[in-house]
Amino acid sequence: MSVQRSGVAKQPAYDVAVVGGGPAGLAATAAAARLGRRVVLIDAGAQLGGQYWRHANVSSAGPHDHVGHRDWEVFEALNERIRRHRQTGAAVHVAATQVWFIEPPGSDAGEPDWTLHLAPTCGAPDDRMPRTVRADRLILCPGCYDRQLPIPGWDLPGVMAAGGVQALLKGQRTLAGKRAVVAGTGPFLLPVAEQLARNGARVVAVCEASRIGNWGRHLPTVARTPSKFAEAASYGWSLARARVPYRTGTVVMRIEADSSGEQVGAVKLGRLGSDGRLRESSESLDVDLVALGWGFTPALELVSAAGAETRVDVDQSLVAVVDEEQQSTVAGLYIAGEATGVGGAQLALAEGELAGIAAADATHLERSRVRALRREIRRLRAFAVAMQRSHPVPPRWSEWLTPETLVCRCEEVAYAQVSEATSDLAATDARTLKLLTRCGMGWCQGHVCGFATATLAAAGQARQLNAEDLRPLAKQFPCAPIRLGSLLEH
Amino acid sequence: MIGAGAVGAACAYFLTRKGFAVHVVERGAVAAGSSSAGEGNLLVSDKVSGPELELALYSRALWEQELAQYGELWEFESKGGLVVATSAQAGRALRTLAAEQRQRGVDARDVEPDAVTDHEPHIRRGLAAAVHYPQDAQVQPMLLTAHLLRLARAAGAVVSTGVNVTGFEVQASTESRRVVAVQTSQGTLACEQVINAAGPWAGEIATMAGVDLPIRPRRGFVLVTEPLPPTINHKVYAGEYVASTQSEHLGLEVSAVIEGTKAGTILIGSSREHVGFERRVSLPVLRAIASAALELFPRLAGVTLLRSYAGFRPYSPDHLPVVGPDTRLKGLWHATGHEGAGIGLSVGTAKLISQAMAGEGTDMDLAPFSPARFEAVAPA
Repeated sequence: MSVQRSGVAKQPAYDVAVVGGGPAGLAATAAAARLGRRVVLIDAGAQLGGQYWRHANVSSAGPHDHVGHRDWEVFEALNERIRRHRQTGAAVHVAATQVWFIEPPGSDAGEPDWTLHLAPTCGAPDDRMPRTVRADRLILCPGCYDRQLPIPGWDLPGVMAAGGVQALLKGQRTLAGKRAVVAGTGPFLLPVAEQLARNGARVVAVCEASRIGNWGRHLPTVARTPSKFAEAASYGWSLARARVPYRTGTVVMRIEADSSGEQVGAVKLGRLGSDGRLRESSESLDVDLVALGWGFTPALELVSAAGAETRVDVDQSLVAVVDEEQQSTVAGLYIAGEATGVGGAQLALAEGELAGIAAADATHLERSRVRALRREIRRLRAFAVAMQRSHPVPPRWSEWLTPETLVCRCEEVAYAQVSEATSDLAATDARTLKLLTRCGMGWCQGHVCGFATATLAAAGQARQLNAEDLRPLAKQFPCAPIRLGSLLEH
Repeated sequence: MIGAGAVGAACAYFLTRKGFAVHVVERGAVAAGSSSAGEGNLLVSDKVSGPELELALYSRALWEQELAQYGELWEFESKGGLVVATSAQAGRALRTLAAEQRQRGVDARDVEPDAVTDHEPHIRRGLAAAVHYPQDAQVQPMLLTAHLLRLARAAGAVVSTGVNVTGFEVQASTESRRVVAVQTSQGTLACEQVINAAGPWAGEIATMAGVDLPIRPRRGFVLVTEPLPPTINHKVYAGEYVASTQSEHLGLEVSAVIEGTKAGTILIGSSREHVGFERRVSLPVLRAIASAALELFPRLAGVTLLRSYAGFRPYSPDHLPVVGPDTRLKGLWHATGHEGAGIGLSVGTAKLISQAMAGEGTDMDLAPFSPARFEAVAPA
């Protein structure tokens, strides 16, 4: 067997490798480098910041790159610290690069370190980019993507994930539509609506499936996190000024095409009763953009590939199991940010810093800082749990599906096929359902339809969603798309 | 019936048609093991002349006749196989094999090297030899298994998934021992006959019954590309694949097997290794598979890899399936050891078992597949 070899000499191992340049990854990198470790930070983006601090593309960047970002000064401070560590050689930033495979210490590669296999985020690799990176410790900060639920008509152009709408605004300075409805559940709907309104779209409604009353049970937790309350209040104020109606207990039940038949024209609303039942309302809204968000799904490809244990979180997402030093069930592997449970940027910053200190073997040197970080993590985690309990995915969401509704858009699998598989073909779990119907086997590899597929498999057996339903939809290889030819490049 | 893979499902289907009351018990979900980890091959091309080829041709007739009405349910596609050789030596071996296969009734058509691109436009130039096998076909093995079980259930079979077999109840007399019940995690099932169709786990089941069956897992990986417009028309593989399926080699064997699917993805195999039930991705093995595939289809180098999967073939040391009654324990039957050919051979295996169990003459002699050939082996 002949294998092409690139001209890049084998790199020495780093002390710490950090994957992901969002809040958690930046904090982890800065902490480990501050403690004298040689750190390599690998990030898919051209510039650091992740999705939270997403930069405008170079072509559309302007002097007001920070507009619309929260905590921009936090980013700038971290970025500056990392820049100084890069100057001294303590930190190396590998940009626009994805990790497509992780080999734990002592696996086939025969190395005593973690071996990360790299490929460019887009385009062909060039000779300056290392093909592999080795490190003694590994910190994964992979972030998350929008969680979606199928709705009749969601395959029409003009229907987007709420995060996608925001990414277009932040990255391309593009408004995805002129008359928008923002629907789903969770506080993330607010900034998306606010940014749409501020950029000139008419937001005809924010439809929040949950009821604000849900928060009543969690008031003491909210009181301990005043910054979160202030954040929500500021969005609320902006939306009120833009006269955007905020409607609770309301869902988009159906999306209809306009007269061309090829683009979103209107949405039909439904009301969720306090008993959880869904009732179609007579109301419809004319829109050309539907932004949908049902919380977030942590990106667990790398976590699964590294062999770390996972569990189901309060919000029914599959997340990594970590200890109080952010170490996973695999020794030497640390995980921080949304992959340990969706909780927002502040929590990710604290977890990332703690992971950086722990991976640098410095928790005993940094006792007071570690104590403060743990307090902060406990406080913010409690808030995140309250948030997730207050904004659940409606348990009976599948009632709005019609037999024709596509559950998997990539492979065009209709709900009727899913029902047939769970009833007649004994698809008793998500893996069987996936293999029988092809749900989750297309381009997105289950990023979009994985959660829905897993919950429908569980519902078909009249049981609760469990980790075994979600695990088969978090694939392990390759962790990022890679060209077949690049597989052979060492 | 122990095991709800393709073989177990096919047995359930044919046994209900003979009037047997069938209960299928499966540890995992339907087709959760080897049946969901292959490509769904129905091949005659990779079989050297002998009993396995006869079973393949017998099964082939069942797919096209008795089961033809269900073909669409499990995406039966008679896509044909194209076996190619890159070296002059492999080319001679391939042509000799094809000539022998023709003697046994296989439709094997020599393709002139400069005409290979008429069959596969994207294949590399300068091949030494190629043979076209129009009888090679494919099914979607998950759908096959699920629908066979659905049909069996409609005919009275009971299918219990998530049930572990834990042991056997045996009645012993002076002259023989006989199975009277199967013990499971959900209670005891009394039965007159029990069929071990646990695929690569069949050896463990046999051990519970106190008999030795040298079936072992042989791991394979498959790479799956992004969906493409139709690019590869046949199942295309290198002639070395036949040697690989028949090899005694216990290390890593890699030979290129490439085919398109209805969904547009391209499946790329194949590897064979004895590493127990180790599932962890092995990059050297995946690289060897990709390298072999790119030798045949250099243009695939720019195609994006979407995922991979691993599975375990039920390996039998003499490369013949183990099908029939176990004379050491009355009432115990085996239907396993098909290695990588279990999907294609499932229906033939099942129909022969149903005939034998009903005490009828079998369409084909089961003697070459008899578990008795291992009975001299002392239990481990």
